[in-house]
Amino acid sequence: MSTHFLLVEALQKVYPAAGGGTNAPVFEDIHFHIDRGEFVCIVGHSGCGKTTILNVLAGLEEATSGDAFMDGREVRGPSLDRGVVFQSHALMPWMSVLGNVAFAVKSKWPEWSKEKVREHCTGYLEMVGLGAAIDKKPAELSGGMKQRVGIARAFAIQPKMLLLDEPFGALDALTRGTIQDELLKIVQATHQTVFMITHDVDEAILLADKILLMSNGPHAKIAEIVEVTMPRDRTRAGIHHDPQYYRIRNHLVDFLVNRSKTYAGAEAGMFHDPRNPPLVRPGLDGERAPVLALPTGMAAPQLKQVINN
Amino acid sequence: MRSLKLKAAVISLLLFLLFIGAWHMATLPKESTSLAGASAEYAALMGKGAEKSGGFPPPLEVGRAFVKYLADPVYDHGPNDKGIAIQLGHSLARVGLGFFLAVLVAVPLGFVIGMSPLLLRAFDPFIQVLKPISPLAWMPLALYTLKDSNVSGIFVIFICSIWPMLINTAFGVASVRRDWINVARTLEVNPLRLAFLVILPAAAPTILTGMRISMGIAWLVIVAAEMLVGGTGIGYFVWNEWNNLALPNVIFAITMIGVVGMLLDMIFGRLQQLVTYRE
Ligand SMILES: Nc1ncnc2c1ncn2[C@@H]1O[C@H](COP(=O)(O)OP(=O)(O)OP(=O)(O)O)[C@@H](O)[C@H]1O
Ligand SMILES: [Mg+2]
Repeated sequence: MSTHFLLVEALQKVYPAAGGGTNAPVFEDIHFHIDRGEFVCIVGHSGCGKTTILNVLAGLEEATSGDAFMDGREVRGPSLDRGVVFQSHALMPWMSVLGNVAFAVKSKWPEWSKEKVREHCTGYLEMVGLGAAIDKKPAELSGGMKQRVGIARAFAIQPKMLLLDEPFGALDALTRGTIQDELLKIVQATHQTVFMITHDVDEAILLADKILLMSNGPHAKIAEIVEVTMPRDRTRAGIHHDPQYYRIRNHLVDFLVNRSKTYAGAEAGMFHDPRNPPLVRPGLDGERAPVLALPTGMAAPQLKQVINN
Repeated sequence: MRSLKLKAAVISLLLFLLFIGAWHMATLPKESTSLAGASAEYAALMGKGAEKSGGFPPPLEVGRAFVKYLADPVYDHGPNDKGIAIQLGHSLARVGLGFFLAVLVAVPLGFVIGMSPLLLRAFDPFIQVLKPISPLAWMPLALYTLKDSNVSGIFVIFICSIWPMLINTAFGVASVRRDWINVARTLEVNPLRLAFLVILPAAAPTILTGMRISMGIAWLVIVAAEMLVGGTGIGYFVWNEWNNLALPNVIFAITMIGVVGMLLDMIFGRLQQLVTYRE
């Protein structure tokens, strides 16, 4: 076994068809790993199975085949070790903001006193800038504030790993930016291990150490792994001044617009080893793609700067 | 907003007065308006005077019944003559007890059924068959097996209150948002906390809607049940006064049934408001 903190091997998911038969697998041959303290984003077109993968990692759903290991142990069912921020914030509307976070905290530390729980929760709510909204009901909050409560709830249980499903998807650009900054600060301070789904290429570059690019489903696979080679102390304001930023961004957009389709299925007439998807560093200039040993008759993938390890 | 309420109240009052006026006009003794005194005497001679006392009572007479019963609502002069509060109290006690027992069965059972798609399907045929049975149809069976008219009345209330609550609880529990359950699962919440802190509050508005419907039905049914089994209660009171041909008292009792029913519904409306959450 490897020493990776999170290891995903040969994950595949087939949903039963409505008529009772079997569908084509949504995704298959998903292999990747995340190291401790790493921030990994996954990007791909809608419907390729990102949420399903995240739910498998969270233990909320079972893969049809394949395994996921965290900290050397197989992921079986949900666990307090993995905090989840849901796509739709999923706050309980009958509880106050504090109540929602306290519900999580009491689940993790049932023996804590009321005061201690309150203090702990308040700390995390202040961290996401909601110190003043503690006693409000979720219905009285804006979309961005609700999402921040969801983030505070996930952080408050101090999980070994955070799973974020498009946490900022429903927010306007301005709010999104502020919360991204907050998340960035928190993660830089806590070295939290994070797996995050996003549709926003800029968000991925800002936050991630590695970006997994998924090809379109069905038969979706991890097409490439993009390493974000910019220094870790990024800021939203400063990131645009780094020449690497545009190279990475172009690479990602090019993938999503032009190339994500061509990885689909076994019929794609080119060499691609899903067990070991190419690791690319588009940010670095001048690094050359190594020549891959290709089976005869197959075209080389259109990649720049491929490093296979 | 305020003026709307006020206007509505004024119109309600006008409608009420109009109704009383029409009632008054309709029940005016015909003899004194159209017929000459001689004809009235003639009518009396021919034995038609009896028609007057057997006719529909005018509002004033009913008003006197209201005053009489409301002035002393708690007297008890033997089995056939009790104050209205005592009769209503008997009915409310039966409804309360039957309803309470139904809550004890329907809510936990609905909870279990709602949590399990398998049980939901397994119970469905029974619920579908038992639900449409008129609760009074159970009366003979109840009287035979329970051998007590009072207990049978309570049983009938129990059986008619159970279905809306059972169905609504099961439905409410089954349709709790997946997200909320998933949040609880990722927090490794134990089943008891999950049931009481997540599913119950999430389903509470639906459950209370079921209770409100049940209470409405129970109040409808108790009158009929008490007419059947007799003894005490507002239903028995109505039946008794009908046997005495005391229509003003019957009208008074009908009004009381309506008022109490409305109050019960208002109470459940309040409770419903208390547990309803805004998303
Ligand atoms: N319960 C289900 N039953 C059948 N098919 C499902 C179910 N859940 C998801 N799918 C299918 O699986 C595929 C992947 O769904 P998933 O929600 O993981 O996509 P996604 O990548 O998260 O999409 P998005 O970016 O839009 O959130 C979709 O094609 C969807 O139709
Ligand atoms: Mg999704």
